[in-house]
Amino acid sequence: MLKNKFYAKFLLMIGAALVLSACANTNDSAMDEAPVPVEATPPPAPAPTPVETVQIDPLSQEALDMVMGGIEGAMVHFAYDRYDVDATARNILQAQANWMQSNNVNVIVEGHCDERGTREYNLALGDRRANAVKNYLVAMGVNASRIRAVSYGKERPVDMNDHAKNRRGYTRVN
Amino acid sequence: MKILNIALLAMMALIMGTLPSSAIIVVDVNQGHVNPLPIALTDLVGSDQEITSSGSVREIGQKITQVVTADLARSGLFNTLDQKAFINSANGNTNPQFANWRAIGAQALLTGTAVLDEDGRVRVEFRLWDVLAGTQMTGLRFFTSPKNWRRIAHLIADTIYKRLTGEDGYFDTRIVYVSESGPYLDRIRRLAIMDQDGFNHKFLTDGSYMILNPRFSPTAQEITYLSFYNDTPRVYLFNIDTGKSEMLGEFEGMTFAPRFSPDGKQVIMSKAERGNSDIFAMELSTRRITRLTEHSGIDTSPSYSPFGRYITFNSDRGGSQQIYVMDSDGGDIKRISRGNGLYATPVWSPRGDLIAFTKQTGGKFYIGVMRPDGTGERILTESFFEEGPTWSPNGRVLMYYRKYPYDNRGGGGDTQLWSIDLTGYNERQVITPLDGSDPAWSPLMD
Repeated sequence: MLKNKFYAKFLLMIGAALVLSACANTNDSAMDEAPVPVEATPPPAPAPTPVETVQIDPLSQEALDMVMGGIEGAMVHFAYDRYDVDATARNILQAQANWMQSNNVNVIVEGHCDERGTREYNLALGDRRANAVKNYLVAMGVNASRIRAVSYGKERPVDMNDHAKNRRGYTRVN
Repeated sequence: MKILNIALLAMMALIMGTLPSSAIIVVDVNQGHVNPLPIALTDLVGSDQEITSSGSVREIGQKITQVVTADLARSGLFNTLDQKAFINSANGNTNPQFANWRAIGAQALLTGTAVLDEDGRVRVEFRLWDVLAGTQMTGLRFFTSPKNWRRIAHLIADTIYKRLTGEDGYFDTRIVYVSESGPYLDRIRRLAIMDQDGFNHKFLTDGSYMILNPRFSPTAQEITYLSFYNDTPRVYLFNIDTGKSEMLGEFEGMTFAPRFSPDGKQVIMSKAERGNSDIFAMELSTRRITRLTEHSGIDTSPSYSPFGRYITFNSDRGGSQQIYVMDSDGGDIKRISRGNGLYATPVWSPRGDLIAFTKQTGGKFYIGVMRPDGTGERILTESFFEEGPTWSPNGRVLMYYRKYPYDNRGGGGDTQLWSIDLTGYNERQVITPLDGSDPAWSPLMD
């Protein structure tokens, strides 16, 4: 949702630029036309659509999600009962690490599990996953003190039926 | 929260003057549902004229019998006869006309009285009769504040249960659990407590942070649980009397899956260090923590044997989740689960003879029991999802939670407390105001 809002603003700004250039073109071509009788009362000029510009805090979750291509991109996924970081996840974490190195923020790495297991075991598994993500970010050069690994076990699913989506690590700006 | 037992049993005495009968009628708890014992429970007789803050003494007498009836019926071991079939009405403490009770098939009979004493307390007396032999089996007298009538009812039910089964009851107990509410993808989980029959329900936390894994102290009015306060999952200790809670130790990593030792002096728990969970015991008086396992696998869900000599726990050290038993100092670790599938949440029975567990296989979840050496595995119940058994203090009933699948329209996912008799019969939903999970049974109250 945050992401969409941002893109909407971005599109508005692009749209405004296109309108300006379109006006310029119209003026240029008008020079070649025969003069047109001037009407007594020109139509009222439409009021310009106001454009609200909001600075994205470069150290916010919104900024991180944007860099990562949305909340989905700030997540890595794991296989059933596994906590190893696969090639896809490594690419995502590399980008996260790059972002962290140029932005001075601390993060919580959340470790999550699917709902097909017992509560206590999944707390432990989520801790494994959160620490696997943290370890990779540290290996990519992020200072360990900037990352806190927290397991939420199976208690915070993002999808009611897609277990693979729930087995995840999520990097959250703290 | 004030505990009921203060000022409850100023006196509790055997009613003398009748000879104890030899037990002629006996309920065999191992029979399950086969032959529930027919028992007639008459209203305790009281006066309309004696008014208390909890209604007239006559109303208190009736309400006590209703609660006793519900307790005994819910156990599955008693056929509580419909009062409409009674030939006699309640007759207080006079000798019953046994022929009239035999005529409706009753084998046991409860009679009694409730009287308002001069000091404002209610005096409740009851007698349990062997209808066939025509003798009194037991009788007790209680003095208490009128507002404690519900506890008196549970104590009477426990006395009847014990007299007729030979085993301690479990009705004067409470359940602490996780109350769940809100949308399935954003659940609110708070600590809640209630009587074993669902009454006197109370929330102990406000839901602003997640609570999991609550467990009762066997010796004090305390609960240990996992709280996500400040996004920092740690084990806490909660005092029911004062309402105060404190974190148990300050560690870098998560602490979770706590459980008291049988003497109440230690809390055993999992502690995660950089992704690896092992088992530790903390002495409550000193907060000193001792490592019990050291393995790269997940070690969690520890539970002591009744005298604290052994610990059973869950580990994936062998490649998949299985149940292990070790000495309480961490020595002599042995795997005991042997069947197909994954095994988790082992909990030692208060009687010592069995370990209850959650099993996961073939896309389903099961609650079962096995002996501490792993033999005699018996599955009691199965469903789409269920886990986390807790024992009644007499080791006869298991409570656990069950979660139903989500449906295609975004509904389903109901999460409920259930109980089942050790025989595998008498499975019942335990009614809670909202959804519920992670039940933990208290010991019998003092």
